[in-house]
Amino acid sequence: MASNDSIAKETKVSASTDYTKIVQSKSFQELLRKKRNFIVPLSIFFMVFYFTLPLLTSYSKVLNSIAFGAISWAWIFAFAQFIMTWTLCILYSKKAATFDRLVKKIVKEAKG
Amino acid sequence: MNILAFILFLIIVGLTLVITYFASRRTKTTADFYTADSSLTGWQNGWAIAGDYMSAASFLGIAGMVALSGFDGFFYSIGFLVAYLVVLYIVAEPLRNLGKYTLADMIAARFNEKKVRGVAALNTISISTFYMIAQLVGAGALIKLLLGIDYLYSVIIVGILMTVYVVFGGMTATSWVQIVKAVLLMAGTFIISIIVLAKFDFSVIEMFKQMKTATPLGGDFLNPGNKFKDPLDTLSLNLALVLGTAGLPHILIRFFTVKDAITARKSVVYATWIIGIFYIMTIFLGFGAAAFVGYDKIIAANAAGNMAAPLLAEAIGGDFLFAFVSAVAFATILAVVAGLVLSAASAFAHDFYGHIIRKGQATDKEQVVAARWASIGVSILSIILALFAQNMNVAFLVSLAFAVAASANLPIIVFTVFWKRFNTAGAVTGMLVGLISSLLLVFLSPNVWSPVEGAAIFVGEPLFPLANPGIISIPIGFIAAIAGTLLSSKKADAKKFDEILVTANTGMKDPI
Repeated sequence: MASNDSIAKETKVSASTDYTKIVQSKSFQELLRKKRNFIVPLSIFFMVFYFTLPLLTSYSKVLNSIAFGAISWAWIFAFAQFIMTWTLCILYSKKAATFDRLVKKIVKEAKG
Repeated sequence: MNILAFILFLIIVGLTLVITYFASRRTKTTADFYTADSSLTGWQNGWAIAGDYMSAASFLGIAGMVALSGFDGFFYSIGFLVAYLVVLYIVAEPLRNLGKYTLADMIAARFNEKKVRGVAALNTISISTFYMIAQLVGAGALIKLLLGIDYLYSVIIVGILMTVYVVFGGMTATSWVQIVKAVLLMAGTFIISIIVLAKFDFSVIEMFKQMKTATPLGGDFLNPGNKFKDPLDTLSLNLALVLGTAGLPHILIRFFTVKDAITARKSVVYATWIIGIFYIMTIFLGFGAAAFVGYDKIIAANAAGNMAAPLLAEAIGGDFLFAFVSAVAFATILAVVAGLVLSAASAFAHDFYGHIIRKGQATDKEQVVAARWASIGVSILSIILALFAQNMNVAFLVSLAFAVAASANLPIIVFTVFWKRFNTAGAVTGMLVGLISSLLLVFLSPNVWSPVEGAAIFVGEPLFPLANPGIISIPIGFIAAIAGTLLSSKKADAKKFDEILVTANTGMKDPI
């Protein structure tokens, strides 16, 4: 790989891998796409879900109505945040297995 | 003095010193010192992350807040937990793939300039120091209350112990002290929760019903709005909680203690389960304290409610449970401060000394020696600061650390990995502006200024109305990073970004 010698010296990285070629490869683009398609929508979802609770409790009293017994909807929503967090954790762990397989493929291709 | 508590304190201190002894025999290289040679398993690191996270502020503070303010205290539990989704989805794996010992390593992996490393180290040291002062102030108050030892001596005892763990045992000892403490803390909390639940005939519905009349707040105890009345302040706090964790240096360095990104991910998942179960139990701690200790007694022991959990243990379990919970609270503080000393010391020794002063030419042995001296220096500095901070509100210092972490560190972490145009100027501007704006807003806030004498550090009208600066300073941090990038004439190195993209996503990198 032709590389700028001064940069190579400065960063102390031996310029043996062509990262641009890897980035442009089909497998790598697939990995990026798959990650983005999972992480972006779910991150937006959990942030919205998370902030709905303080927004509702700060600007309204709707969550103060009782769900059952003496437990109000505010508490149900609060517990739902825990369920949400755990569920998204499990979903990510499952999904990440497909990322790992792609990473393996990319590394193998790069090493030729 | 409670003799039983004192004996349990000694047993725990003895146990941690044994761990440190064995760890010290394995701590020879810099990799051993900073990262336990990346040898932890996912489970071990999961417990250690949980241990780092369930600090005295979580354990004692949240239990007290739920006991005194009902629902509002639970906001902290929710925010602290949901924050792990940010860590898991966005930060943990790229950080593990790009970094080596410190957060600055990750940023320097892309920009490789001294400025970036210096500013990142400055942020790490600032955040860790605030967090550490908070823990030390809490430790001093707790030990004074439990053992009757003067604040001065309490802080010095804790300070000496934390220095010993870090200097001799490095990350190996710090991790194992964390793991042991996290297991003890979960066990103690679980026992208290079961006893509390038993008192309500194992019915959560019955517990909520009785809580309507158990406190001076009456039915309002179960509703939001007792502590956080200003909507903007509530949102600001929630924002800092959910984004702060992903920028806390002592949590971030934990990802370097595992061998790869897959293990880093696993450890976050384990930590999320442990931390989540713990924070669910803060309801039993808080409700139990409110019902069986009572508002007046909690306030009398400590105005901020920090003694609610130990007092509850005493009320429902007698002397032994009280002694056990107190000793665990003590171990919690020791473990967390050790983690903080290590994160600040590695920023000093690895980033300032190793890379900036010695330009990366220091030998392995010199680096370990530097790291040990840095640990001693950091410890002495924070002990002195903690002695001055005796009367400061602990929650203020912790929220400050979270706000600074979210404003100064998170934007840079995110842009380093995801933004192609991001450049050195943007990184430096973002980190400095995030740090300064969050600090400045806190110093102008009601935490520091109050018209009522004794309510804050200075008497006077606060210039900034919110107790937590997050809602203003976090966007400022992001905007400064963007503005710094766009305004600078220097173009980002596209080839370098390709390298970062590959390394962050696959862990592949050229040998250095």
